Amino acid sequence: MAILDHTLEALHEQLVNGELTSLQIMEAVYDRIEETEEQVGAFLALSKTEALAKAREIDEAGIDPHNILSGLPIGIKDNIVTKGITTTAASKMLEDFVPVYDATVVEKLNEIGMISVGKLNMDEFAMGGSTENSAFKVTRNPWNLSKVPGGSSGGSAAAVAAGQVPVSLGSDTGGSIREPAAFTGIVGMKPTYGRVSRFGLIAFGSSLDQIGPFSRTVKDNALVLNAISGYDQRDSTSYDGETPDFTKGIEKGVKGMRIGVPKEYFHEDAKEKGIVESVRAALKTYESLGAEIVEVSLPHSKYGIPAYYIIASSEASSNLQRFDGIRYGYRADNVNNLDELYVKSRSEGFGLEVKRRIMLGTFSLSAGFYDAHFKKAAQARTLIRQDFEKVFEDVDFLVAPTTTTTAFDIGGQIDDPLTMYMADILTVPVNLAGVPSVSIPCGFSEEMPVGMQLIGKHFDEKTLYRAAYAFEQATDFHKQKPAFKGGK
Amino acid sequence: MAINEETVKHVAKLAKLEFKEEEIHDFTEGMDKIIQLVEQLEDLDTTGVEGTYHGITHHSVLREDKAKLEVTREELFKNVKTQQDGYIKVPAIMDNGESGA
Repeated sequence: MAILDHTLEALHEQLVNGELTSLQIMEAVYDRIEETEEQVGAFLALSKTEALAKAREIDEAGIDPHNILSGLPIGIKDNIVTKGITTTAASKMLEDFVPVYDATVVEKLNEIGMISVGKLNMDEFAMGGSTENSAFKVTRNPWNLSKVPGGSSGGSAAAVAAGQVPVSLGSDTGGSIREPAAFTGIVGMKPTYGRVSRFGLIAFGSSLDQIGPFSRTVKDNALVLNAISGYDQRDSTSYDGETPDFTKGIEKGVKGMRIGVPKEYFHEDAKEKGIVESVRAALKTYESLGAEIVEVSLPHSKYGIPAYYIIASSEASSNLQRFDGIRYGYRADNVNNLDELYVKSRSEGFGLEVKRRIMLGTFSLSAGFYDAHFKKAAQARTLIRQDFEKVFEDVDFLVAPTTTTTAFDIGGQIDDPLTMYMADILTVPVNLAGVPSVSIPCGFSEEMPVGMQLIGKHFDEKTLYRAAYAFEQATDFHKQKPAFKGGK
Repeated sequence: MAINEETVKHVAKLAKLEFKEEEIHDFTEGMDKIIQLVEQLEDLDTTGVEGTYHGITHHSVLREDKAKLEVTREELFKNVKTQQDGYIKVPAIMDNGESGA
């Protein structure tokens, strides 16, 4: 078995008993990247020298047997700031931006000795669902290189699916962790809003954004969430309640649990039947494991897309005001006055999709439209949140498809923003409600992976991991390896 | 049409963005479709519903109001393009000097 086929737990064990060194693991990571990166294109930057130095340091100090993630590799989405390492959010606006501090999640990973491999490609400022909005490069789906890896955390997902890194961090504002996880056949968790500090995450929609892990197995995912969760005094929206050990009791199974199946999420007439079929089959598996399946309704689901695009874009239009060409980021040349400096720096520095969202957000917040747009969307958000609260009085968690299609062709939809926006229909309500959701592999449709999302109560990621683990142990979808179809 | 080119130009001005004259037409059409999509919310009865403007259901947690030096002034200036005597240097704020203001 190749080093990188092992789980984090297995790697840790081998580090402790001396069969492996952290340096060997890191070398295997960079060898694998060298071997596959030309095809996949997941990374925007690698920090090989620093990573190898850190691995040597950890090896010399000796592995702490109680610190399971020490000396192990992780990839970081490029909208999470890393001190001294260029962080671009895949935008020309930040092409040469070198942060002077670490995001809290990065600080936490550093403290426990996890080693950052490099920065991962994404849609510019996390706006998109295919990673095609990156200003710098195309990332390809390891299952079929002519297809997108999903987005916005497409680099984070592709790197894990391609076996370049065992785990990575992404961010999810409207599905940006779950959709790429589904498209690439891996596990991706969007934690409860507030579970993970957003300090150092380049802001998109501040009331929706959450950082979360990608992994090949459920337990690896829980281990990383353990490491990055917790209250942070630099993020007043972070949760100051208890952070449980998400791996504890993970093997307890789903016997006696009640699973809600939201009927609005199952489009039996969908053009890609393989998705609903796979999720229906997964529900049978859950039944055979002793869970009870109950049909439920989230009646306001269809308002998720309009409410989300107004709220997320409004927040983005406000958050992205900071990019003015003055203190950091792209600055236009040949300007005559300050106003021109703002306008030209922003117009030349931002890509088309980012401009589109800023425009929609500015419009929704502008005089005359605020009530009909922003206020109305906020009210719809309340109703969507109440839908979830109501069903959770009766069921332990929900199961639904993560996406309406499997990964689509590169270049196939990018000129059609409406189709791109509608593709988020199954993921955005979760962000509006602030609840946690994990996407796990549950089948294949025309040789491409299908993802199913488990949606839980606020701060109940533990039940989701337990249920996801039960499904994973009963199936072997997570053991399938991508074919690099269309590659050399 | 929910919006026209004039509206797009007005919103662009508010957002400190500009579009080339030849781009405005296509951009307006695209924006119009998106606005029609989000205006599906009009069908929803929200009488008496309070808006949700925050991501948290738990309370907001504030730290103690105590100054702490996390990043130095020198570090904060690292990404500044042009500076002079400890200030960020930018083009003249007003056209044609003060008389043009």
